Amino acid sequence: MLWIAWKMLIGNRAKYLGIVFGVAFAALLIAQQSSIFCGLMALTVSQILDVEGAGVWVMDPKVKYVDDVKPMADTHLYRVRGVPGVDWAVRLYKGIARARLEGGSYEQVILLGLDDATFIGAPLNMIEGSIDDLRAPDAVIMDIVGYRKLWPDEPFQRGRIIEMNDRRAVIVGLAKARKTFQSFAVVYTRYSQAIRFAPPERKVLSFVLAEPAPGVAAAELAGRISAQTGLQALSRDDFLAKTIRYYLRNTGIPINFGITVGLGFLVGTAIAGQTFYLFIVENLRQFGALKAMGTGNGTILLMVLAQALHVGLVGLGVGVGLAALFGWSTRSFSKLSFYMPWQVLVITGVAVFLIVLLASLLSIRRVFIVDPAIVFRG
Amino acid sequence: MPPTVPQSSAVQVRGVTRDFGSGDAVTRALRGVNLDIPHGELLMLVGPSGCGKTTLVSIIAGTLQPTGGEVQVLGHDLGAMSPAARVRFRRSNVGFIFQSYNLLPALTAVENAAVPLIIAGWSRARALPKAAALLDRLGLGGRLTNLPSELSGGQQQRVAIARALVHQPRLLICDEPTSALDAENGRITMELIAGLAVRPDRVVIVVTHDQRVYPYADRIATMEDGQIVSIEARRRGAIGAPPHHT
Repeated sequence: MLWIAWKMLIGNRAKYLGIVFGVAFAALLIAQQSSIFCGLMALTVSQILDVEGAGVWVMDPKVKYVDDVKPMADTHLYRVRGVPGVDWAVRLYKGIARARLEGGSYEQVILLGLDDATFIGAPLNMIEGSIDDLRAPDAVIMDIVGYRKLWPDEPFQRGRIIEMNDRRAVIVGLAKARKTFQSFAVVYTRYSQAIRFAPPERKVLSFVLAEPAPGVAAAELAGRISAQTGLQALSRDDFLAKTIRYYLRNTGIPINFGITVGLGFLVGTAIAGQTFYLFIVENLRQFGALKAMGTGNGTILLMVLAQALHVGLVGLGVGVGLAALFGWSTRSFSKLSFYMPWQVLVITGVAVFLIVLLASLLSIRRVFIVDPAIVFRG
Repeated sequence: MPPTVPQSSAVQVRGVTRDFGSGDAVTRALRGVNLDIPHGELLMLVGPSGCGKTTLVSIIAGTLQPTGGEVQVLGHDLGAMSPAARVRFRRSNVGFIFQSYNLLPALTAVENAAVPLIIAGWSRARALPKAAALLDRLGLGGRLTNLPSELSGGQQQRVAIARALVHQPRLLICDEPTSALDAENGRITMELIAGLAVRPDRVVIVVTHDQRVYPYADRIATMEDGQIVSIEARRRGAIGAPPHHT
């Protein structure tokens, strides 16, 4: 009987395509908007993700998210190093600096000061130059997206000069870094250099990056550091979650995207529901004939659900495929954030399942109450 | 008091009434119908539009419940059966030929003919060859894979006949089977019904307005205003030749 249901469904091409279009449209909107939302959320934590190797981030207790830097005294580094279970700990400077370009214009940049000895937190993918070039006086490395933003259509010039805090900085390399939420250029330099590029402050230490000793879990070490130093210490994963939670709670991003996703759901339900309802109504006589010939309501329900599931799966595939195609085709467009984790597929799948379930429930009553004697009416 | 029902009757209808609507708007479609149809008979139910023919065959087929009275079909008391049991009863025992064919437009001729077998749980691999063989006997061996929209009215009705007979039902209900056909196709259809469908263990009920098909009946029951007003016995003639009235 499922075979008959399938033939009935695809036999009416216009209606079939109409229902699939409705579901696909909803799936596209939900998947695409959710992926852009995920992309934006990924931007907020990009600088945590870019720092490889450190399992624990230590910061001022009042820090709410990664860009909410509250400088600490340098001595905290040694207090952290003194906590049992710390394999190593290094400094990280993070701040916003104002860079003066050759032409006299100013641009905001994200300034990252890496531990002078180890360069923990350095970009992993160098495009021009080498990370060791940072050892040169006044040397900085810039991320390629930021470089192209500051000097569009210009090739990389090693030795290009910018000024920060009236100090000369020499660009010695280009690196690939994750896009940031503020979309500022990212400038890497040594910690000792960074605090000279930054406006003078009594306290300059942004974060302490610590790695647990073998056999010690990051969360456990974070707890120990917090207990012993009074600082806020979070495992990398916890800091990611804390930062994302901050943006979710304190910005309109989730509401804005939620509205679009909700609209996609409603529009998809309306289109698919209405078209599916019309499809069922047009086929009432056929369902009546099947009932007259001995098809029970349970089987009819299965047939309608199978039809709904079929259009749901096809619509989901088309919609998610189009969303993925959108993400792929805009991958080189640096201003757009698109990240489609498996959770987006699950959310979209659940939404589509609800859409087709609602659509079929709207229609099934008509089939249930249809009198099989309808077939005797010419 | 209703007349005594012969034990050999396949269909026994006793004092059946059927109302539609309620209160002041009630319409009485059947007013105490009594009817016996023995095995092996082709009964025609005739009468003006709105006289209750379709309501009566719907009740006999188990697709409609009477308001009052008793209906025994093939030994089953339809009034005492649950809705699910009536569905099973129709699936196993009843074949339908409709005025407007009611073929599924998305299925080919052979697939349409196989539908009752599929409903009965047969696999397609078993059902389709059996339906194809029957269609071949009906002269549609070359149109098995055609959709209904690619068939003429007469051919569609032959597919409908195959669909009605493929699961070998013991009760065949034909609702105006020739009204949508021209004279020649109507004659062919009735010959097929009379030739293929009528069997000693089967009852065939044909609802019709078409007097041209009367010669194929064993009996003709005439209905008026929700009642059977006369039953005329006939001797069904040889296929293709109009029989004599008795």
